Amino acid sequence: MVEQAIPLQRRESRILRLLKGVALIRESVVGMIGLTLIVIWVTAALFADVLAPFPPNETIMPMAAPGSEAPGGGVFWLGTDHIGRDILSRIIYGSRRVLTFAPLATLCAYAVGIPMGLAAGYRRGRTDDILSFIANVILSFPVLVLYVIIIATIGASAVNILVAVTFASAPGIFRIVRGLALDLRNREYVFAAETRGESPWRIMMIEILPNARGPLIVDACLRLGYVIITIGVLGFLGLGLPPPDPDWGGMINETRQMAMSFPHMTIFPGIAISSLVLGFNLLADGLREVSLRD
Amino acid sequence: MTGNGSSKRGNYDGPILECKNLSISYFTRAGEIPAVVDFNLTLNQGDSVGLVGESGCGKSTVAMAIMQYLGNNGGIVGGQVIYKGRDLATMSEDDLRHLRGNDIAMVYQEPMASLNPSMTLGRQLMEVPLHHDQVSEAEAMERALKVLGDVKLPDPERVMAAYPHQVSGGQQQRVVIAMALLSNPSLLLLDEPTTALDVTVEAGIIELIAEIAEKYNTSMIYISHNLGLILATCDRVNVMYSGVVVESGTVNEVFDRMRHPYTKGLFSAIPLPGADKTARPLVPIRGQLPLPHQRPAGCYFGPRCDFFEEGRCDVAVHGTTIPMAPVDNASGHEVRCVRWNEIDWAAHRPEGLSGETIPIGKEVLSVSNMRKYYELHDNSIAAMIKGRRVRYVKANESISFTAHECETVAIVGESGCGKSTFAKVLMGLETATEGEVNFNGVDLSKQPVQKRSQGQIGSMQMIFQNPFDTLNPSHTVGSQLARVIKKFGVESNKDRIEQRVMELLDLVKLPRDFARRRPRQLSGGQKQRVGIARAFAGNPAMVVADEPVSALDVSVQAAVTGLLMDIQRELRTTLLFISHDLSLVRYLADRVVVMYLGSIMEQGTTDQVFAPPYHPYTEALLSAVPIADTSVQKTRIILEGSLPSVMNPPKGCPFHTRCQRKIGRICETETPPHADAGDGHVIFCHIPIEELRKVDPVIVQTGKADQPAAQ
Amino acid sequence: MLIFVVRRLGTMIMTMVVVSILLFLLLEINSSSVAIKVLGPYTSEEQRNLWLEAHGYFRPIYVRYFDWLGHFLIGDFGDSTRFKVPVGQMLWPRLANTGILGLATMLVVIPLSLALGVLAGMREGSKLDRTISVSSIVTTSVPEFASAVLLSAIFVYYLDLLPGTSAMSDGFSLVQLILPAMVLVIYDFGYVTRMTRASMAEVMTTHYIRTAVLKGLPYRTVIMRHALRNALIAPFTVIMLQINWLLSGVIVVEFYFAYKGFGALLLEASLNQDLFMIEACAMVAVFVAVATQTIADVGYTYLNPRIRFA
Repeated sequence: MVEQAIPLQRRESRILRLLKGVALIRESVVGMIGLTLIVIWVTAALFADVLAPFPPNETIMPMAAPGSEAPGGGVFWLGTDHIGRDILSRIIYGSRRVLTFAPLATLCAYAVGIPMGLAAGYRRGRTDDILSFIANVILSFPVLVLYVIIIATIGASAVNILVAVTFASAPGIFRIVRGLALDLRNREYVFAAETRGESPWRIMMIEILPNARGPLIVDACLRLGYVIITIGVLGFLGLGLPPPDPDWGGMINETRQMAMSFPHMTIFPGIAISSLVLGFNLLADGLREVSLRD
Repeated sequence: MTGNGSSKRGNYDGPILECKNLSISYFTRAGEIPAVVDFNLTLNQGDSVGLVGESGCGKSTVAMAIMQYLGNNGGIVGGQVIYKGRDLATMSEDDLRHLRGNDIAMVYQEPMASLNPSMTLGRQLMEVPLHHDQVSEAEAMERALKVLGDVKLPDPERVMAAYPHQVSGGQQQRVVIAMALLSNPSLLLLDEPTTALDVTVEAGIIELIAEIAEKYNTSMIYISHNLGLILATCDRVNVMYSGVVVESGTVNEVFDRMRHPYTKGLFSAIPLPGADKTARPLVPIRGQLPLPHQRPAGCYFGPRCDFFEEGRCDVAVHGTTIPMAPVDNASGHEVRCVRWNEIDWAAHRPEGLSGETIPIGKEVLSVSNMRKYYELHDNSIAAMIKGRRVRYVKANESISFTAHECETVAIVGESGCGKSTFAKVLMGLETATEGEVNFNGVDLSKQPVQKRSQGQIGSMQMIFQNPFDTLNPSHTVGSQLARVIKKFGVESNKDRIEQRVMELLDLVKLPRDFARRRPRQLSGGQKQRVGIARAFAGNPAMVVADEPVSALDVSVQAAVTGLLMDIQRELRTTLLFISHDLSLVRYLADRVVVMYLGSIMEQGTTDQVFAPPYHPYTEALLSAVPIADTSVQKTRIILEGSLPSVMNPPKGCPFHTRCQRKIGRICETETPPHADAGDGHVIFCHIPIEELRKVDPVIVQTGKADQPAAQ
Repeated sequence: MLIFVVRRLGTMIMTMVVVSILLFLLLEINSSSVAIKVLGPYTSEEQRNLWLEAHGYFRPIYVRYFDWLGHFLIGDFGDSTRFKVPVGQMLWPRLANTGILGLATMLVVIPLSLALGVLAGMREGSKLDRTISVSSIVTTSVPEFASAVLLSAIFVYYLDLLPGTSAMSDGFSLVQLILPAMVLVIYDFGYVTRMTRASMAEVMTTHYIRTAVLKGLPYRTVIMRHALRNALIAPFTVIMLQINWLLSGVIVVEFYFAYKGFGALLLEASLNQDLFMIEACAMVAVFVAVATQTIADVGYTYLNPRIRFA
């Protein structure tokens, strides 16, 4: 007696499935807004050379008000800073730095956190005890305190900041992956793989990890937002990458003394960073909403 | 219960509940999905009616509609629910609140989830009279204690002070029942109240419910998928399929003189202990349940019916479906079928599963005195003082039995009996503490799976219980099968692997293009078939099936069981069938092993175990299993108490705390002998075999034994 | 339960020890760099060696560690190079100031976010819920330095309502506390609100809430007695951990508003390589973090009957 097939449309190729997955976000208004914000900034970063009206580091006319005209033609849409650089251009070029650095740092953190979390959640026992203890030790430093101490001691450079961010984010990822692994390891298909004698790493990477996709993607978006804020804060505290290259946090730091007289110098970078982070947070919320609906 | 019920009872004379042409739908993003269509019911005081059907038939939805609790996306789209003469839809929220828990009460499927984990049971009980009858705390406590006694809970004070997780599943359900009874309701709704419980515990709850119904004259609606339970508890029954009632009548009428092809199909698909595979083979229902928004016009069962007639059965005459036709007005037997009185059941001999017995080959598995103890390191202060820091959980205690080629050995037992541990030892996920496990000449007892060869692993595989979890949702069916084929070294060439995947899908009778699908797109039964295909990928000599069909619908169970038996016959595999379903075991097993709390209580051929002499536990198990056959009489044996904890097993015979035939001190102090009752039949009991032989059989077929089970 | 508490305290102590070792190694392993940091870069090598000898830096490292630890435990943190006074003299008053700021923040955040979270979770998917959720997301997207800047611009520059700095040079002034606290509150309440909302929403879908409703209990009772009891367990833990977070959050705020608190102290010390101050601040911060984590764990176990009476 042959089972009837549940009626199904055509078979779907891998790419089509991926696109369909991404397109799902259309069902969430919040998610779409987030995605739009992100796309705007990515475009700005990619096409900075075309979009920015002035070179970011050229000093033209100090303390110009937003909307005022530049001596050689063109408009300072967002005004200039205390040295005379166009704020809009600096913001556009600043997005490049943020959008290369933050995803890279987040990726590194995941590369460290995921294997550790899987090992701790799947194997439990001593592995779990040791790894969890290490993660807890790192997590017991209030995050910024950790950054401040590390950077103050080893100095601020691109690599150092990358290392610091990875080091500080990995335990959080570890915790989440560990929680997911602890839950998924009790599924029957994991048990089935064990009865086949599959190696533990194969089980972790092939049986367990793909099923943790959903929460991890949401977490990735949130974490990206948080890393962006961190980079901003470090810049603000003077611990970020050295000037003159534009860095949103650094821009605010440099100009805050004049904020009482010329608030535009600090407000616009503030809005820039907030909108990018908002984009990621909204996207994460939208993804979560959509995954729940399924 | 108090006399406070007088304001609710006694004054009203007519039917307690009437459902008239009730239609309920859910509203989702995909549109309106009808869940229940044209539901009619009249319930008088003291009646108990059963709603029976498989998953998706709408029976739970009806209960929620009566409670007027359909959630944000559900609603009654047609008809009425009239309770004691008042249309519930017209009642205010306040009035409804008055009825709930007070006049209409409900008992749920999962007692643990239905109780608030952060509140003591006493508090949860007392809330009912405190809110509905406005009594004092002292009075509420008194009532709660009394009702706990009514549901036969020992030590009510302790239960009152306990949190839900501190009492067992059976006790939790008794508390839920007590909560429902506290205000003496006129109507009691029970939604699969025993599905989550062990079979011996279930028997106790069923008896309790029957007693209560009689004592308090409560009207009951009993929802279940188990026909045997309905027979044991209800006067009338409604059989539901895909949102409609297809047959309705008294229990005797419907069970003995059923008219609807679906009802007939249901009964033919369940194994009845009165007959075995040669006399009464299982007959699966072909086809599949239609998706709710894809129901056919006319008779919903049409596409799967052997008597389908085009032009008559597919015409929507009554809304989207066909009307109910009366069969017998005196008893109120109705059926929703156009051709009901044209069908000649006697001449209908559907092709059942082949019942031929297969010759049994040589010995393949031999387990001798296998013990599996788990070590528990107790770090509490108490243990440190006593000096006993390591305790043992005796999961398996001296297990001995054999299995032969092509034989089906069933391992029967309830939760905590050690069957899962035993399966783990066999598969190599645990190693035995002592004893031997000889498989094809090799002792596997101390060999964990990592140390076994690919051939050995492929030669013994497992089918798992939960079809919804048994396949990895992230990979296609084909890739998962291919992986297994590759792992066991059956094939290594990519094309040959693909070929083998197709062969396996053919073996389990699934269409070949399922290989590209993901598990999400398969039904429960289809997933389980893939699970079977996966187990047979390596041409195993032995397959351990752990409750392979328990999570499936009745009609699908028959199909999957049949498939398993066919494959076994074809490939001459040994099947180790773990189950708690004694009827199914009777149907397919050659030999049976009964386990309780880690030890084997009885083992022998199926015929030997199912007839006297019985081990007292086997006797109780047999008595507890609900049987959907009116011609069968069962001795009633209810076990006291609950399953002891595996960490603290009773001394002597593990069963003595609940045994209905305990003879005395010897049962508490000495381990029983493995008494030989002849021909390989072994019973683990102090009672002499001769006495056990004199016991009456638990299941007795009366009168109608020579008639086929329908009509 | 008692065993559990003792165990957690043990873990806490062990964590502190490990952290102290790490810190010590990180900061003091290179004796000559220590000397440079303490004495300044313009000293000669001979001067440095004299100083190192006098302070026992040529002893083996583990001896130095225990010596350091011993001093530390009795409160002798050494002298601050930046401020030229004993570390303790700067540290404790500053810590107290931060405590005041933290208290002010928590007094607003806790009731606000619990209330909003419960309301949102109770009616999941409703307009109220969406509003609260989205507001929470928006406020947590604005980093503190950005909101500090924005709020300053509004309240100090345009409206002239509040002072621009919070140096409190004339003694304690409540007005000067408002802006810093506001920045912290705005950034923080969103997170706690969302956690509370998630917990509440999850509880509302459980079967036991259905049982409570179908028992005929009034809605208020269902929420107050059945739902909240379970829903507030997780937020309790979250709130405890927010105390931990505060120590980070205040760094930016104190820096911007020139509030003489612990965060500003740590920052200044780090920027100026004030070694002993950094060590002391870090240890204090970790202690607070680990203590709150332990309290959170113990509290969670206590509040959850399933774990408490296993």
